[in-house]
Amino acid sequence: MRRRWITAAAIGLAGMLALAACGGGGDSSGDGGQGGAARKRVEVFSWWTGPGEADGLKAMRQIFERQNPNYTFFDAAVAGGSGDQARALLASKLQANQPPDTFQGHAGAELQGYIKAGKLEPLDFLYDELKLREVFPEQLVEQITVDDHIYSVPVNIHRSNVLWYNPGVLKEAGVSGPPKTIEEFIGALEKVKQTGKIPLSIGSQWTQVHLLESVLLGTLGTERYNALWTASADWSSSDITKALENFKTIMSYAGTPQEDWQPAAKQVADGEAAFNVMGDWVYGYFVNPPDGGLGKTAKQDFDWAPAPGTDGTFMWLSDSFTLPKGAPNRDGAIAWLKVAASKEGQDAFNPLKGSIPARKDADKSLYKDYLAYSLEQWASNRLAGSIQHGVVANDAWRSAINDAVGLFLQDQDVAKLQQALVDAAKNSGQ
Amino acid sequence: MPRWLPGLLLVSPSIVAIAVFVYGMLGWNFKVALSDQHDEVSEGSFVGLENFINIWQETRWILSVQHAIVFTVVFVGGALVLGWFLAFLMEKGIKGEGGFRAIYLFPMAISFIATGVVWRWLMNSATGERAVGLNALFRFLGLDFLQWQWFRDPDWGMAAMAIPAIWQMSGYVMALFLAGFRGVPEELREAARVDGCNEWQVYRWVILPHLRPVTLAALIILGHISLKVFDLIVSVSGKQIITDVPAIFMWTAVYDAHDPAKGATIAGYIVLSVAIFVVPYLIWNARREKRK
Repeated sequence: MRRRWITAAAIGLAGMLALAACGGGGDSSGDGGQGGAARKRVEVFSWWTGPGEADGLKAMRQIFERQNPNYTFFDAAVAGGSGDQARALLASKLQANQPPDTFQGHAGAELQGYIKAGKLEPLDFLYDELKLREVFPEQLVEQITVDDHIYSVPVNIHRSNVLWYNPGVLKEAGVSGPPKTIEEFIGALEKVKQTGKIPLSIGSQWTQVHLLESVLLGTLGTERYNALWTASADWSSSDITKALENFKTIMSYAGTPQEDWQPAAKQVADGEAAFNVMGDWVYGYFVNPPDGGLGKTAKQDFDWAPAPGTDGTFMWLSDSFTLPKGAPNRDGAIAWLKVAASKEGQDAFNPLKGSIPARKDADKSLYKDYLAYSLEQWASNRLAGSIQHGVVANDAWRSAINDAVGLFLQDQDVAKLQQALVDAAKNSGQ
Repeated sequence: MPRWLPGLLLVSPSIVAIAVFVYGMLGWNFKVALSDQHDEVSEGSFVGLENFINIWQETRWILSVQHAIVFTVVFVGGALVLGWFLAFLMEKGIKGEGGFRAIYLFPMAISFIATGVVWRWLMNSATGERAVGLNALFRFLGLDFLQWQWFRDPDWGMAAMAIPAIWQMSGYVMALFLAGFRGVPEELREAARVDGCNEWQVYRWVILPHLRPVTLAALIILGHISLKVFDLIVSVSGKQIITDVPAIFMWTAVYDAHDPAKGATIAGYIVLSVAIFVVPYLIWNARREKRK
């Protein structure tokens, strides 16, 4: 009996200890940054863990460590495409007032929640000190300004409104070149349909929202598109109806939805489909050697143009770094932001990531083929922000737009879609 | 040393763990659901049942509830019928019963994620020349008229989504029913036959009534899996409205829209809907135990 009691007690205690250890472990890791020698550590929080992007981060890190020998770079990257998981963890850190020294976020409205909750420090002083207002395009500065303050440093730029097409399939269908307007686009889709190929390849639901933003921009024009995200926006107007009707018509030419953007883009590269509207990350996927990419040749297996009706406008999205209030190592974070904003830092990062620098004065010789084209467009085009990638609409709004489009795909009711978009704009709290 | 102490010490870690990680979290979830914490960084204050009422105005919520109902009806019904039928065949003394039993039970060893990946391919919605998976099989067999959109069908998509779930769980239901069949004493069947029952009547009036507890248990197990279904749907179609269910809606509310209160509200509804299944069963079970 006694023996049994001892065993029971031992097991019970062991269990308690195990539980206590779990709790303790969580605490101590949180405090790690406060210790003496670790004080000079700079914790950089990002979701750049994939091929290309992780290399780019490493290149920037080397520059940072060379310029700041007294700081050590601590890579707090959390894996997961587009940062879903990283952002969930980040939110809990910020809520507990244990921010990293600096964190990655999509530039634009996606940061608004943090700004409103007072979690971010304005970076106007840095923009003044480094004269960043002059090196970034004026419209970019304007579009990332929230209530007269800027809260982030954009590191790279991707383009959303790109039409990828297969020259061979177009030729076969008798389409002379990439369509310039929405009407031409619909005509070209019809011609391709006659040949039996897929006119427009499409992926899962979010790629259809991605298509919608290009159709909105192509139908409304840059000015009216940009006005949609201001207080005076009118989502119930007739030109929105027109854009949504266009979207419906274009979607009627779409092939079977693929699982995600890659298989959809692949249909174009493989000559099964004629067109695909997707961001410029498609380029890397097409040309990279097999395993990571498809090993295709630009201009031959595939080609690109601005999405129909959007020539002259660059619909952008951008990764940026921020300065959270109460950052344990504020000076270190500022040193990092300076590297991220610098020509040297951006030119080290972007060729590896497959994007272009936000700065206008980048070293053009580093960017080849699509990236050279994109860089030239970035310098000359007017700018519009992406919906799906967090520039113009905050999370709640973007998510409501996604729901509206998802429901539309079921019922094909344009009036209902427009009403849902009106409500989404009203309820976004932006 | 009181006699109850060692026992209490032995179970106390799990009591603590369950109190914290199940009931504590459940309580916390309802606290968030009853607040207006609509972004992750603000504090949020108590608003009563507002979230629980307002959500019924959302088209997406209504749709996801409808989807969950269709899925549950088809999945639970399908798995029960198929499982019962398989058990019936086994019970009739099929040759190589052990082998068949193993084959039918195997799918249960696979996770819903793996099942989903395979069935996503099988249920590919492309038709005609581009058909793959089951549609290609139909084409090959000259049964082109059977080709359809599977889970992308706007009306019956969720019924298609239930097929992999039925495939996975019917073996388990078979095992339950088989145990139930075997639990009916041979004497009862003999007695019924002696009284002039034909084979059908033996099943209808003697064996089926004995299977009632097993059926109920299977219903509860399948029902609660079905109402919480998440992994299968995510791996087949991801977070798309066309196959939306409450658990997916909860996921996008929390991680895409960054609206914890809404996510917690949906989680609350899921818990309540499962409770509707489980609590009466627990009460019924407790009463039965007492009677014994």
